[in-house]
Amino acid sequence: MASYIPHTDDEVASMLAFLGLGSLDELFAAVPEAVRLQRALELADGVGEPDVLAAMEGYARANRARADRLICFAGGGAYDHEVPSVTPALAGRSEFVTSYTPYQPEVAQGVLQAVFEYQTMVARLAGLPVANASLYDGGSAAVEAANLGVAATGRPTVWVSEGIHPHWRQMLATLAAGTGHRLRTVALADGVTAWPDADDGEPPGVVLVGYPNYLGCLEDLGAARALCDRTGALLVVGADPVAAGLLRSGGAWGADVVVGEGQPFGTPLGFGGPYLGLFACAAAHVRRLPGRLVGETVDVDGRRAYVTTLRAREQDIRREKATSNVCTNQTLMAVTAAIQLGWLGTSGLVEVATRCARATAYARRAVLAVDGVTPFAGAPVLREFAVRLPVAAETVVERMADAGFLAGIALTDAVAGGGAGLLVAVTERRTAREIDAYATALAKAVA
Amino acid sequence: MPATAPATASGGAPGGRAASAPLLGREEEPTLFELSHPGRRAWSFRTTGVPEVDLAELVPAEHRRAAPVELAEVSERDLVAHATRLAHRQFAVDLGAYPLGSCTMKYNPKVCDTVAALPGLAGVHPAAPASLTQGWLGLLVELEEVLCEITGMAGATLQPAAGAAGELTGLLLMRAYHESRGSVRTKVIIPDSAHGTNPASVTLGGYQAVTVPSDGRGCVDMAALAAVLDEDVAGIMLTNPNTLGLFEEDIAAIADAVHRVGGLLYYDGANLNAILGVVRPGDMGFDIVHMNLHKTFATPHGGGGPGAGPVAVSERLMPFLPGPRPARVDGGGDEPAYRWVTPARSIGRVHTWHGNTLVLARALAYLLATGGDGLRRVAQIAVLNANWLRRRLAGTYDVPFDRSCMHEVVLSARTLKRDHGVRAVDVAKRLLEEGFHAPTVSFPLIVDEALMVEPTETESPQTLEALAAALERIAAEAVAGGHDALAAYPKGTPVRRVDEARAARTLIPTFDARG
Repeated sequence: MASYIPHTDDEVASMLAFLGLGSLDELFAAVPEAVRLQRALELADGVGEPDVLAAMEGYARANRARADRLICFAGGGAYDHEVPSVTPALAGRSEFVTSYTPYQPEVAQGVLQAVFEYQTMVARLAGLPVANASLYDGGSAAVEAANLGVAATGRPTVWVSEGIHPHWRQMLATLAAGTGHRLRTVALADGVTAWPDADDGEPPGVVLVGYPNYLGCLEDLGAARALCDRTGALLVVGADPVAAGLLRSGGAWGADVVVGEGQPFGTPLGFGGPYLGLFACAAAHVRRLPGRLVGETVDVDGRRAYVTTLRAREQDIRREKATSNVCTNQTLMAVTAAIQLGWLGTSGLVEVATRCARATAYARRAVLAVDGVTPFAGAPVLREFAVRLPVAAETVVERMADAGFLAGIALTDAVAGGGAGLLVAVTERRTAREIDAYATALAKAVA
Repeated sequence: MPATAPATASGGAPGGRAASAPLLGREEEPTLFELSHPGRRAWSFRTTGVPEVDLAELVPAEHRRAAPVELAEVSERDLVAHATRLAHRQFAVDLGAYPLGSCTMKYNPKVCDTVAALPGLAGVHPAAPASLTQGWLGLLVELEEVLCEITGMAGATLQPAAGAAGELTGLLLMRAYHESRGSVRTKVIIPDSAHGTNPASVTLGGYQAVTVPSDGRGCVDMAALAAVLDEDVAGIMLTNPNTLGLFEEDIAAIADAVHRVGGLLYYDGANLNAILGVVRPGDMGFDIVHMNLHKTFATPHGGGGPGAGPVAVSERLMPFLPGPRPARVDGGGDEPAYRWVTPARSIGRVHTWHGNTLVLARALAYLLATGGDGLRRVAQIAVLNANWLRRRLAGTYDVPFDRSCMHEVVLSARTLKRDHGVRAVDVAKRLLEEGFHAPTVSFPLIVDEALMVEPTETESPQTLEALAAALERIAAEAVAGGHDALAAYPKGTPVRRVDEARAARTLIPTFDARG
């Protein structure tokens, strides 16, 4: 078996002797006999590294939907973007991987500065002045934004666009059982949110909308902002960070908080985790910010230094009155995103967004040319689109897998009725030939 | 103790020692933005043959941003040098011992990195249907079963992304359970030694946190507990061993008392490393258990995350678990062996997808390597290491609760402070100079000048000796020279003591906020 414990039997005996003990079991004298496990754990004995790898490779082989086998046209917040060699090579350095929360800034300047650079990049993407050091994923960032908005306005009603990722909406509902927030889903009409009049029922404390939304459509954030101005609600925009390379920022549209899923910046699909919750807000809300924040300061010699700051918001200081319970976050994914955005740079982010938009437009035209396939909604799209199929989308996904494609995501009835809808994402990795072949296969799959 | 027992753990024999000082990165590193040069770039993309349609046709004018998002413009070579120099300014487990109490900073096996990078795991889209992801579902089911055997529980959700997310999930399970019985309860009991995430999670769970004090032995004060127990109590959250590193010996009586008023017991798994294969939360009477896979099961801490915080429950809470969850299918033939199911009265989803799945895969790899036999050894050696340090340092530092501890020992610098003006934080900063990470300071809150030391089982006897010798040297310096002798430390670290008050007073959260 593999062992990561250095001690030899002689060393153990010597240490026990120092403690005046005769056996390792005596170390557990404080554990009452009545509750002790009176048998060995019913688990296999440990095995060596090659056997571990063989077992885990067995699981890996049993997955057909892998990006190196099925050409990926699925998105919904998780995208098959290029990850250059430099990103895992740098983010995989053990100084970043095997350290923890920078409680001792004197020996944690590496992580602290990388997170400071990440915060700067996220704030610029969002068009807002402050970004935190990360949250678990897009959905958790949306939940924290709702909590911030309710606390800021004192109004527990959250209006959530039906164009927000259905899993984010499910998380908001789960967590509302504890916070008591009242959620109201605002339906889509032809792909974009049909906001009710402001005096329709209880005014919202928070308004949450996607940009682009789950169907890939570009929402009229001006209308959402106007609604917030009328009602006094905070505007929270769930923004796709790659699309942000071409689109007006949430901040420019007047968002108070911008959240998003940061996976597209260098993190592998990985079956959904670990991902990266992006969170940026207006200066007025910085003292309600959830989670960690890195700030710049100096050391005793006046040298530039970084440190986690505004700590009085956090759970280990404020306890039951903290702005959030988050402690461990997704720092390594934040560092990864900072490196990926460093590799992209100003022109690369525009380039990747443009390539996605062009490939999406090309694919959408090819897919809509297939007999029986129609647009799901009429609103403009940028990097993802939905179509209606003449047969059940789940069936089409299975058939397309046999043809070598992960065709997209079958829409459920949680989004605009869903029926036979397929959500298709096309990234900069897709070639014209792949897209042509996809359309050909789709024509067979829906025939 | 036999008179001949050596005060060394190694008997003076040579062996690997984990300490690193100084770090290489002594020079200030500019931000990436300061290294930027207009027009320089690192990116390149594949040839796709996709027509280069004009952007004006793709993005409606009212949606198009006026100017690009300004990022740094650097070459790949610049980027590599920058990130590498940042790494040189960062201490990590791979460099040296990291005895940060409560955080279980054990060695992270490299085989787990290999596993997390397997294309058949890392390249799988989370929305792909179960028929195409049988390997992942099988992996998750196996991990759930292993975790249930370790904790003595009936089932688990793997969705929570970290310990605090697990806590909140557990509290929502508690709420759903009580509501299903038509019982409205308002309070959750927490010992005063608890981690801050516990009370913060209680608030988000819609409950009021009620604190019970610890007794003179560092355990829950049973009389105080009895005084707050009534039918308003939804449950109690306990860490066992607790944050003082002590086993709650009255756990069976606590469980009885809480269950008698209809409350549930929540196990905070922060300290699970101490009891693997020795005693199980389920056997102690706990109803809900969260685990920190990044602590106990050796997945790397990533500079602050990602973690994973699965929650295991007893049979009666199974109907409320978050969904969808992976499950084995009985049947056969061509049918898939695993599918997603949502429990009848599920509290709902607590993660955007299925949890921090690549972290979960790493944990399973660690568990397969370690095995049932190895897990018990992990707990034994973790507890041995902590007790060896306790005994060795007992004459040098205060040990507020000087009896057998579990996987960590809480020391105190209160005598050094009283007699020499040297505080726990001074000891911690001085230790950085010796190439070790500092212990956790100022926690638990109920210990004055706390130094919480968790060596973990992966540190060798030689490392323990070096750590103990360094702490003894520091105490001697404190006695000889007082506060002035230590105030100037650390000296050889990338930066020296940092002005935290200034960071909060003049907030600079981004490069753009610089004056």
